[in-house]
Amino acid sequence: MTAVLRANAGLVVVGLIGVALMIVLPLALDLFELLQITLYAVFAILALSLAFIWGYGGILCFGHSAFFGLGAYAYAVAVINIGESTAPLLLAMLLPALLAAALGYFMFYARISDIYVGVITLTLTLIFYNCMNSTAGPAYHIGDALLGGFNGMPNIPSLNIPFMPDATLEPLGMFLLCSGLLLIVYFGLHGLLATRFGRVLVAIRENEQRVEFLGYDARLHKLVAFAIGGALAGLAGCLFVAWGNYVSPPVFSVVQSAQIIIWLMVGGSGTLLGPVLGAMAMSWLTVKIGTQQLVNASAILGAVLLVFVLVVPRGVAPMVTERLVPWLLSLRRPAAAPRDIAQEGKA
Amino acid sequence: MSPPLIETRALSKHFGGVQAVRGIDFALAEGELRCLIGPNGAGKSTFFKLLTGQIKPTSGVVLFRGVDITSLQAHEIARLGIGIKTQVPSVFNGLTTRQNLWIAAARHAGRKEADAAVEAQVARLGLGRFADRLVGQLAHGQRQWVELAIVLCGKPNLILLDEPAAGMTEEERVRTTEIIHEINRDHPLIVVEHDMSFIRTIARRITVFDRGSILMEGSVDEVFGSQVVRDVYLGKQAAA
Repeated sequence: MTAVLRANAGLVVVGLIGVALMIVLPLALDLFELLQITLYAVFAILALSLAFIWGYGGILCFGHSAFFGLGAYAYAVAVINIGESTAPLLLAMLLPALLAAALGYFMFYARISDIYVGVITLTLTLIFYNCMNSTAGPAYHIGDALLGGFNGMPNIPSLNIPFMPDATLEPLGMFLLCSGLLLIVYFGLHGLLATRFGRVLVAIRENEQRVEFLGYDARLHKLVAFAIGGALAGLAGCLFVAWGNYVSPPVFSVVQSAQIIIWLMVGGSGTLLGPVLGAMAMSWLTVKIGTQQLVNASAILGAVLLVFVLVVPRGVAPMVTERLVPWLLSLRRPAAAPRDIAQEGKA
Repeated sequence: MSPPLIETRALSKHFGGVQAVRGIDFALAEGELRCLIGPNGAGKSTFFKLLTGQIKPTSGVVLFRGVDITSLQAHEIARLGIGIKTQVPSVFNGLTTRQNLWIAAARHAGRKEADAAVEAQVARLGLGRFADRLVGQLAHGQRQWVELAIVLCGKPNLILLDEPAAGMTEEERVRTTEIIHEINRDHPLIVVEHDMSFIRTIARRITVFDRGSILMEGSVDEVFGSQVVRDVYLGKQAAA
């Protein structure tokens, strides 16, 4: 037991910090700040969904907001019609997963190159964006849910305790749910990546041809990973709508897709902790610079991204684990043994 | 009589107007070590790609233990036990040597069995010095051995080696020769190689390719003594 804990010390620390924050933050923050942190947790789940398929599976998905937006709209439409959030939440994960699986089947089994996967996914989200923008007017509805076109769908019911439609989650409950789900997704993906499936997925990122030479069906592995990523993005979309009680076509926008990629680039796409920190830090920064009028917010964000691409091309997390920590250890123990590469990147 | 381990019948591959492989009839018996030689463009690498399902033939069939595998996908052929070491090392550069081997071993074994299989191959091929280093950081010769160990971890019934000694130092070539002889004790091998001195150290029977066809097959002495082979391929190198 002790050996297991020691081997996964990084994960244990992350878990303890996560649980501690779940307890402390509601006591330390006011309502507005707690709502903001809740949103950051939702974005962190979204970032993890792309980190899994891009950072670990090597699947270049430039239009990840398609799954995020589909999850958002699926929840919105379903919860308005059903009046209870349990089934809509599941639907918000299932529909994007099915779409990702169908799309993945045609892309991966046709063995199209990475760049075309990027173009196709980007096109998909643009199609969604334009279609949803064109649904203004009373004629466009699914059951009782008016789609609302570019005005979006307001007054979407919040999440409730399963099968208890009257017990809707207050901001504190929503915070605990989103941060709890973030921890579950984070540790769940860690667990998945430690299985044979996860290791083969990483191997596919490294060398798909060799994986095939070893008897694995790389196409099937990529399809399953893509569907899992789609489901997680759909979950984030559902939580996003339940948090704000509103959804509109910009959830499908290129800007939204680009944001997720930026979170990964800043945090480090080849890790799970990096995208979480990247999503939270960049979302916080976006809010902060949005409150000032001195400099254009997009210009500041662009400059930040440029600095990261030039100075820390692999992101913050890999820089800390591969450069900063070994350097600090070497200061303490000049004659230390060579680092154990096999244990790298565990966080 | 049992069928050959692997056999091709009238195997051909055209790329547009270019005939890379023309009507190859080839058979390899269980336990055999066969070397394929031939000048550049003779069709050896295309032949390997046809055997492993990377490309599909224009006509003809590939039989493995009497079963037609011509239309199978590359991973399905690999599951039958046909392992390949490619000309340029095809490894997982971002993973350690042990992690590379584990991926191969885990396809047909549980976690603990895979760990044991990895350690067995690390010891067998002497990879211990760089077992926990990233493969992308290793020298070319070491990467060749890692790839060979990956193939062995896949428990192959037949191993195809495409230029296993390419880019190696003399010391590494000697070690590779030992490894190939050792592997051949329990694995049939087909080896493509350009280096004639290396061929002499490992070959028992040689198939000579020329312009997509088999020019001749025979023992080392027969092939190296053939005037036809000298004319089309070996030239002054053999005469010297």
